[in-house]
Amino acid sequence: MDWGSLQAVLGGVNKHSTSIGKIWLTVLFIFRIMILVVAAERVWGDEQQDFVCNTLQPGCRNVCYDHFFPISHIRLWALQLIFVSTPALLVAMHVAYTRHEKKRRFRNGEKIDIEELKNEKIHIRGALWWTYTSSIFFRLVFEAVFMYVFYYMYDGYQMPRLVKCDAWPCPNVVDCFVSRPTEKTTFTIFMLAVSGICITLNLAELCYLVMKICTKDSKKTP
Amino acid sequence: MNWAGLYTVLSGVNRHSTAIGRIWLSVIFIFRIMVLVVAAESVWGDEKSAFTCNTQQPGCNSVCYDHFFPISHIRLWALQLILVTTPALLVAMHVAYQQHQEKKLLVLTGHGDPKHMEEVKKHKMRISGSLWWTYVCSVVFRLLFEAVFMYIFYMLYPGYQMVRLVKCEAYPCPNIVDCFISRPTEKTIFTVFMLVTSSICIVLNMAELVYLVVRACARRSQHNSNPSSGKGSFYGHKLSSEYKQNEINQLLTEQDGSLKDMLRRNPGLQDKGDRCSAC
Repeated sequence: MDWGSLQAVLGGVNKHSTSIGKIWLTVLFIFRIMILVVAAERVWGDEQQDFVCNTLQPGCRNVCYDHFFPISHIRLWALQLIFVSTPALLVAMHVAYTRHEKKRRFRNGEKIDIEELKNEKIHIRGALWWTYTSSIFFRLVFEAVFMYVFYYMYDGYQMPRLVKCDAWPCPNVVDCFVSRPTEKTTFTIFMLAVSGICITLNLAELCYLVMKICTKDSKKTP
Repeated sequence: MNWAGLYTVLSGVNRHSTAIGRIWLSVIFIFRIMVLVVAAESVWGDEKSAFTCNTQQPGCNSVCYDHFFPISHIRLWALQLILVTTPALLVAMHVAYQQHQEKKLLVLTGHGDPKHMEEVKKHKMRISGSLWWTYVCSVVFRLLFEAVFMYIFYMLYPGYQMVRLVKCEAYPCPNIVDCFISRPTEKTIFTVFMLVTSSICIVLNMAELVYLVVRACARRSQHNSNPSSGKGSFYGHKLSSEYKQNEINQLLTEQDGSLKDMLRRNPGLQDKGDRCSAC
C-alpha cells in the first residue's frame, strides 16, 4: 500500500468531482505527492546521519536532533497528504451507497439499465451536495492545521544552517549543523506554495458549489 | 507478496462486507498500512545504526539494543496488521464455497450457461445462516488480535512512550552505560497515532458485531411474525418461479449425491428464510 494505491483509490472519486475538484486532485498528485516521492525524500534522506555536532560526547547528536526535529518534514507532509486526500473517500462512499440503492430498486422491479447505472455520472445535489461540501471543508481544515503545525514547529519555514544545543548529555552549548539547509528551505517553500494553491482551489470549489445551489434555488422559485 | 498483494486479496472480500466492514477496511489500509509504509518505516529505519551508547566497549551497543528492543515496533505492527486482516479470508473462503454450490445447482438444473455463471460471481451474498456465523467469528478474531497486540505493545514498551535515554548494564557493558535512542519524539508520535487508529478499528469492529447481532434478531422476529415471506437465496428464489419442487427432486435423485445431501439439509431452499440460529 503506497502512494500508487492511494492514486488508484482516489482516481475513482475523480469521476464525480467538479472541474475544480479534478484540477485539485491533479495538483495534489503531481505537484505534491510526486515531488515528495521523487525529490523531497532524497533531500531529507540523510537528515540524521549528516546532522553533525561539534562534540565527541556520545548521544549528544541524537538528543540535539530529536530536540530540533521532533517530527521530520517528510513525515509531516506524508501525514498531511493522507489526511487531505481521504475526505474524498466520503464522497466515494456516498456515491457507492446511491448506486446500491438504485440497484436495489432495480431488483424490486423498476426498469433501470445496469450498464447505464455503472457509467452514469451522479449529479452533485441533495445529500451528495452536503457530503461533497463537508469533504471540501475537512480538506481545508486539515490543510490549515498542518500549515500551522509546520509554522509552530519550525518557526517560520526556514531551515537554519546552525543550531545551538545544550540538552543533556551535551556538555555545554554545542554547535550542530543541519544537512542541506538551503535545499530543504527551497522544498519547504515549494510545498507551502502548492499547499496554498490547493487551499485556494478548495475555497473556489466551495464558492462554486454554494453559488450553483443558490442559482438552482433561484431558478426554481419564480 | 507485499502490502499491495494483500490489498488485492482483501478488496475482493470488501464486496461481501457490511458498510461498517468497508469503513474498517479503508481505515486499515489508508491510516495504518499506508502510514506504516510511507512514514513509520523511515522513522524506524536507522533505529539500530543510530542507537548510540556512551562507551567504546565492543558489543555493548548491540547487547543494549537487543535488551531494550526485543522486537521492533515496525515488525510488531506488520504482524498485527497481517493477523488482523486475515480473518476476512475466512469469509472469502465461505463465500467462494457458497458460490461453488450455487454454480453446481445451476448446472444441475440446466442453467449452466456462462451468463448465469457470471451472475453467480457478481451478485452480493447475503450475510445470513452459516455465513453470518463465519462473518461474526472473523470479527471476533479481529478484535482478539487487536487487543492481544495492544497488550503486547504495552508489556514490551510500557506507557507507549519512547524515551531519549536508557541506562544499560548488560554484559559486556562495563558499568551502567547511557544509551541514546534515535528520534524518540517522532517515534512516540507515530506510536500514539497507530494506537489511536487501532482503537478506532476496535470500535468499528465492536459496532459491526452489534449491528450484525441486532440485524439478525430483527430478521428473526420478522420471520417469526410473517413466516410465509421468507426470502430465499438468490438462485433458490429464481428457480422456484421456474421449476416446481418435484421437478427438482426428480433431477436430484438422478444426480450428484452430495448436492442431494445439501438440499436435504436445507429442505426449503426455494424459500429459505433468513434463519438466525443465534437468537
